[in-house]
Amino acid sequence: MKAVHKRTPVLKDCPTHYCPGCGHGIAHRILAEVIDELGIQGRTIGIAPVGCAVLAYNYLDVDMIEVAHGRAPAVATGMKRTNPDSIVFSYQGDGDLAAIGTAEILHAAHRAEPLTVIFINNAVFGMTGGQMAPTTTLGQVTATTPAGRQARGEGYPLQVSEILALLPGTVYVERCALSGTVSIKRAKAAIKHAFELQMDGAPGLSLVEVLSPCPTYWRMSPGDAMKWIKEEMSQVFPIARLKG
Amino acid sequence: MSARILMCGNEALAEAAILAGCDAYFGYPITPQNEITAYMSRRMAEEGRVFVQSESELAAINMVFGAAATGKRTMTSSSSPGISLMQEGMSFLAGAELPAVVVNVMRGGPGLGNIAPSQGDYFQATRGGGHGDYRTIVLGPSRVQELADCMVLAFDLADQYRITVMVLADGILGQMMEPVVLEAKQRRELPPKDWALTGADGREQNIVRSLWLGEGALEELNNKLQAKYQQIQENEVLCEEYQMDDAEIVIVAYGTVARIARTAVDKAREEGINAGLIRPITLWPFPTKQISAAAETFRMFLTVEMSCGQMVEDVQLAVAGKCPVLLHGRPGGGVPGVEEILEKIRQLTIRTGAA
Repeated sequence: MKAVHKRTPVLKDCPTHYCPGCGHGIAHRILAEVIDELGIQGRTIGIAPVGCAVLAYNYLDVDMIEVAHGRAPAVATGMKRTNPDSIVFSYQGDGDLAAIGTAEILHAAHRAEPLTVIFINNAVFGMTGGQMAPTTTLGQVTATTPAGRQARGEGYPLQVSEILALLPGTVYVERCALSGTVSIKRAKAAIKHAFELQMDGAPGLSLVEVLSPCPTYWRMSPGDAMKWIKEEMSQVFPIARLKG
Repeated sequence: MSARILMCGNEALAEAAILAGCDAYFGYPITPQNEITAYMSRRMAEEGRVFVQSESELAAINMVFGAAATGKRTMTSSSSPGISLMQEGMSFLAGAELPAVVVNVMRGGPGLGNIAPSQGDYFQATRGGGHGDYRTIVLGPSRVQELADCMVLAFDLADQYRITVMVLADGILGQMMEPVVLEAKQRRELPPKDWALTGADGREQNIVRSLWLGEGALEELNNKLQAKYQQIQENEVLCEEYQMDDAEIVIVAYGTVARIARTAVDKAREEGINAGLIRPITLWPFPTKQISAAAETFRMFLTVEMSCGQMVEDVQLAVAGKCPVLLHGRPGGGVPGVEEILEKIRQLTIRTGAA
């Protein structure tokens, strides 16, 4: 019998805590495949955020740390500066990176830290019950915007990737989506590139933003959630290679 | 380096950290400890080690968190308002059991306060400071030489117990110049850092975490931490006793104030008052046993602090009502003078007839 499919070695064999249709599972799988394909499992250190992905180390079989909310880029700086041969990545959600951790990501980029950042944008705070995130779209109903997000009073969706792409300290910024087979393949290629840049010693930070479905707090079926990314979310957060 | 050289406290502690094998320093400027950051920016580069000026104290303590997790010796330094910002990271360091050294060159508070010397952060330092049930080891040196020696000890204690060690100085100690001898002393035997994140090459994955959601898991972690703290309390207390054999009034003071108090004790003895001094060097673990033993014979205790009275509570707990515990505190940058302390000693001994 010929094996046509096998488990990605870097992905651990265990049940998931993520909701049905959640994008984290896909993102974890892509990440695990990339680490495996690049042969860097033995020298990679991953950073889990505060948010739904706090338990990422339960799934990714590399050395990992769990850090305070938003502080991953500072922790990564401490790791990479003292261990330049290690491959250091952070995996952060929109609350983590775009709300409480804006100073840390901005300044890690500003210092041109040669890190790889995976930024999962699902337009809500998932872990705490679907509250408004900085990336929540206008009109989007969340636990803390029951009438839909209004620009006046609640602000506009924050495009962190565009801001970071302006800084000389970033070498690569791309926004992808997990909204179908083609976009998932593109996201994998982007994440792989972001790791390759660090392996090649590129002089700055690489960031891949991933628009990721949260069917639970978007109150949609998994299929509709993917459709919403394509039709609505990507209007606010355009799928594009923003830099590098 | 073993020559006697003249250095200010801030620079001496920085050089001592390098001597202790500090691999990485992360810091953000704040007065009165700016000499540390400036000194480290030059010396760490010379040594081929890591120096980063962070964007905030929050970032600095998290850079320490990252470097510590990979098994490196690492430190940060700041002063009171900056240390407040670091408390989140210090709680995480405690939960994740990572070794780190944090220097607090205290200034006046609350709020932005001023840049004068103070001991107003004693509560924060000795009670953990951040959220959760945890402690940090706190060293309170009173001379520049002792400050330098404390740095070497701090890195060893941090590694031995996987704990944060805070070196608690004040603006005077940081700025004051004194002769110091910087030399590598006999070091402790330290456990291997087999928990460090170095890449899971040929071994199982290592995870550094402070989140324990499983039923009973966090209680178990806390019990483990408490057992460790108990061990530290039993083994690591440091304190100096001066003129205590026949002392009727015992001054308790640490850091800069202890030097002033010591002179006051000498002057009191010249006047025929049997004064003595207990100087805690470890503020946590506190020399509770030593003070409790001293309280067994009838004595009066006078705590002298550059605060409204913080360490006095630990002295009261140690004395446990066996004799009176009084306070002479000067907050907001006030430094008690020798004559001021002496006058207090005179008043108290006349009133009670203790001498």
